[in-house]
Amino acid sequence: MLDGLLLVALIVAKIIALVIGIIVIVLYLTYLERRIIGFMQARLGPNRVGPFGLLQPIADTVKLLGKEIIVPTASNRFLFLIAPIISFGTALAAWAVIPLDQGVVLANINAGALYTLAISSLGVYGIIIAGWASNSKYAMFGALRAAAQSISYEIAMGFSLVGVMMAANSLNFQQIVLAQTGGFWHWYWLPLLPLFIVFWISGVAETNRSPFDMAEGESELVAGFHVEYAGVTFALFFFAEYANMVLISALTSLFFLGGWLSPFEGIPYLQSWFAWVPGFVWFFIKFSFFLYCYLWFRATFPRYRYDQVMRLGWKVFIPITLIWIVVIGLAVQFHLGPWFSIEGMAS
Amino acid sequence: MILHLIFYAYALVAVASAVMVIASRNPVHSVLSLVVTFFAMAAVWMILHAEFLALILLLVYVGAVMTLFLFVVMMISVRQESRRKGFVRYLPFGILIVALIIGLVVIGIGPERFDLSHYPAPLLPGADYNNLTQLGSILYTDYVYPFEIAGVLLLAAIIAAITLAHRGPVQRKVQNPAAQVAVRREDRIRLVNMPVEKK
Repeated sequence: MLDGLLLVALIVAKIIALVIGIIVIVLYLTYLERRIIGFMQARLGPNRVGPFGLLQPIADTVKLLGKEIIVPTASNRFLFLIAPIISFGTALAAWAVIPLDQGVVLANINAGALYTLAISSLGVYGIIIAGWASNSKYAMFGALRAAAQSISYEIAMGFSLVGVMMAANSLNFQQIVLAQTGGFWHWYWLPLLPLFIVFWISGVAETNRSPFDMAEGESELVAGFHVEYAGVTFALFFFAEYANMVLISALTSLFFLGGWLSPFEGIPYLQSWFAWVPGFVWFFIKFSFFLYCYLWFRATFPRYRYDQVMRLGWKVFIPITLIWIVVIGLAVQFHLGPWFSIEGMAS
Repeated sequence: MILHLIFYAYALVAVASAVMVIASRNPVHSVLSLVVTFFAMAAVWMILHAEFLALILLLVYVGAVMTLFLFVVMMISVRQESRRKGFVRYLPFGILIVALIIGLVVIGIGPERFDLSHYPAPLLPGADYNNLTQLGSILYTDYVYPFEIAGVLLLAAIIAAITLAHRGPVQRKVQNPAAQVAVRREDRIRLVNMPVEKK
């Protein structure tokens, strides 16, 4: 009994550590977003609270927590309040299977990649319920756009995942990463290049970020599905969006950039010089790169038109993934080197 | 012991939300209750070591099919009172049908056919048991023809649905970037030489 309690306590401690880590990353992602986009647009961004404005996210959090939660009179009160909780919960639950290093993972399940896809597809309920329960035209249109977009791009993401699964012969994150061992040219970005690009762009569309932020197009819909939310309820949606960005970045680096594997593996001298760096650091650098790209896209690209978003998802990405799945099937079947040779598949 | 508690918790949620599907007045609440039912059933399947099926249930039914259900229900906005009309009138038929189904189920999978002597309790799978590979190897060896036939049927259904809904080519305003780039100043601007007008 005591052992069982200790085990539960250990798991809870791990969960709390992971959640606190995600919260800190999300807080500073919002800070970096404002700073980096500021520099890109030749202005300073927030630099008043603390040194270099580093305490700005904390000030923002306190402000949002202190604000009143306004529930519109004509809204459906129960669903209105439960929608941000669903968004927040699903954004965090997907992290249960993400490995940070070899063996450092909360739940090492066989169908881990499928689990993250399933949980992130639940996140769309938070958006639809929020849009419907607000009883507002703008919120409803935002919810419809967001939901249609994330369903469309989920198909392309799922097909890219099929390619990764065929190449790695597994859906377990540990095995997917370990199948990419042996230098950065063994990582799946090279043999699965079209799928990598499709997954990456679909990830941006899936999280409803710029240039695919049809759901909140300010000039058309004010702010989209969360237009009626204030205070903590808004903060939860905001948090869920950024946590999903971090999740997609982490997934992309696990599937295509070798997760925690060192980029200097297999290179003489450099490999031994950087052998002391823990795997977590490489993983952090890799997903930080994708997060930076999110901000870069936002500062660079104008917003897509809605029919263009749909055309890209259905008529460009899905055919590309379908063709490349066949290519990968042939490559795996005929042990095309250097990625799918016999000794590589044995691991 | 703990597994039993988890099972009963999810089973209770599944039954309660399934009742809510037919009992709630608001159609949107009904659909959301159905989502909760699916979720609880996925958890029960997970306890049965059917992790692949559970996750596919979440991904396909909860993630995609129920979202479309929700769309439809939100769009058509059913009058809430009209659903209550005729509740008492149809109640006897409902009870009759439910009794019939329960009777059939009891006769079909009663203890004389499905007790422990006919079907002994399955052995607990080992630590290296992989639901995914087991399912895949059975699906693509013993059941490969039913699997392929199901795939072809689905393809036929997709084509049929597209054919029914397709209304022929419409005049779409798709932009052609090549044509846009190829435009020259002379195509768009006509300079007119005009004498200055006096007031």
